[in-house]
Amino acid sequence: MTAESVLKSPKNLKRRKIMNSVMISLCIAAGFITIVPLIYIFFYTTQSGISSLNLDFFTQLPKPVGEEGGGMANAIVGSLILITIGGIIGIPVGVLSGIYISEYSKNVLSTIVKFITDILSGVPSIIIGIFAYGVIVIPMQRFSALAGGFALGILMIPTVAKITEEMLRLVPQSLREASLALGVSRWKTTLRVVLTTASSGIVTGILLAIARAAGETAPLLFTSFGNVYWQTNIDEPMAALPLQIFTYAISPFDDWHRQAWAGAFVLIFLVFIVNLLVRFVTRNKFSGNL
Amino acid sequence: MEESRIEIKSKKKLGDILFENLTLIFALMIVGLVVFISIEMYIDSAESRERFGLGFIFSSNWDPVKEEFGALPFIFGTIVSSLLALLISLPVSIGAAVFLSEIVHKSVRTPISFLIEILAAIPSIIYGFWGIFVFAPFMRNTVQPILQSTLGFLPFFKGTMYGTGLLTAGIILAIMITPIISAITRDVLKAIPVSQREAAYALGATKWEAIKMALLNARSGILGGAVLGLGRAIGETMAVTMVIGNKAQIMASLFEPAYSMASVIANEFAEASGSLHVSSLIEVGFILFGVTFIINSLARLLIYSVTRKA
Repeated sequence: MTAESVLKSPKNLKRRKIMNSVMISLCIAAGFITIVPLIYIFFYTTQSGISSLNLDFFTQLPKPVGEEGGGMANAIVGSLILITIGGIIGIPVGVLSGIYISEYSKNVLSTIVKFITDILSGVPSIIIGIFAYGVIVIPMQRFSALAGGFALGILMIPTVAKITEEMLRLVPQSLREASLALGVSRWKTTLRVVLTTASSGIVTGILLAIARAAGETAPLLFTSFGNVYWQTNIDEPMAALPLQIFTYAISPFDDWHRQAWAGAFVLIFLVFIVNLLVRFVTRNKFSGNL
Repeated sequence: MEESRIEIKSKKKLGDILFENLTLIFALMIVGLVVFISIEMYIDSAESRERFGLGFIFSSNWDPVKEEFGALPFIFGTIVSSLLALLISLPVSIGAAVFLSEIVHKSVRTPISFLIEILAAIPSIIYGFWGIFVFAPFMRNTVQPILQSTLGFLPFFKGTMYGTGLLTAGIILAIMITPIISAITRDVLKAIPVSQREAAYALGATKWEAIKMALLNARSGILGGAVLGLGRAIGETMAVTMVIGNKAQIMASLFEPAYSMASVIANEFAEASGSLHVSSLIEVGFILFGVTFIINSLARLLIYSVTRKA
């Protein structure tokens, strides 16, 4: 495509100018169409959530059907446990493979790993749920927090690996060279110089992966399953915030809807804070899409 | 950056060998994981594959009581809702990307793209929740009556207006994938040299003509973004489950409730009645996995082809 072919009919300047204004206006309109529904969802959830949020939400167990009140304390604790299990699995795999992709990038293998990591990030989360069901639920003969956490861990891997790789690439080459020139071995350079320099970025990346995992519902449906009671044994079914929101959202009770909005607000708030933190730490350093 | 990397020619120290191999093992774990997922789903769907064969894809009879399983209505629902989403989202995403990267001033661009980034990270359960309580009533009371009174002669806009259904699912999906497609379009546009646009301006092109040229040059990357968005829409579970209506049927009208592959797994898996039912659901998942795998590979290759050159 050359500029010449674009301009091959320069006669009708007026028509071209009208075309220009129309298309530019359409693009501006598209910008607004993109942002408006997203902002609306954000504010609607915030508004409905804040008005339903109270201390009971964080401290009480769900009440049986028909009784007003109660909270999601068990679901919040459940989500924390699930995310912890997920983090134990997802963070080391993500960070170390990110190091491999970035620091040994001359290798053909690292290109393959990078590609597969991108593919894994596109695998629907419900598929990961089926996988966790087959690997953990079936052998254990019951739904468990372990299976749910395992699924969340797999979902965290691509995000953590991608951000680790991007952050390590931002570390100036001269720093690596300076360290190597001082006689420090390559692996110590990677750990003590490169990783340390990029650590704040990697930590926020991990937080981003955690925030995403915290909102995942589909992979928990038939792994962690949910629970209306207190449950802290990881080999038993466990409640989780998004699962509880789902159950309450599709129920016919107004009081449950209110609590679901409160839960949705907690999730959105988490996403918002973590993203703000990521932006703050990586400001100007990094502009890719995560 | 790659070129300036110093190669230490001397023989590697033990620590280096250990560390490189340690990271390699973890990297290979990711590859192994994807292979393992495919194998596991293939094996676990064996009962259904042996029983129904290829007919599984072409039969629209899904009856857990009689143990007859055919996935056609779910495949239909997934394809139609995702394509609808892409059709709505693509022009808007490209327009929004142009708006952010070419038109708006830099001081506005950063906060807006940050906002879109945050909003793209909102969990899908919240989109679904909002969909049921705000968007579906809006569709039923406003959008669908307007569509029926103006375009009602088309088979797509006939029938009862429930609010939930294929069209609503398609629009919610469009809202969800627009930030993804527009972010990639922006990245790809960034990879097209500014000098090209400057050359177009120097030859007397209008702003739109210069942008059009950049868009044409970035087309394979934009296509990659679109395909990636399609992949997301196909695999999206919770939001679709909550607004698509969950009825296994194939109807021409977009107002009708339908069912998607991910939704049927979400709704039936935990309570599946027998091993054939579970196996059939896993086969639906296996098809879903295969399709998203192919679509994502294609998308990544298209995106790499543009951004690598930059």
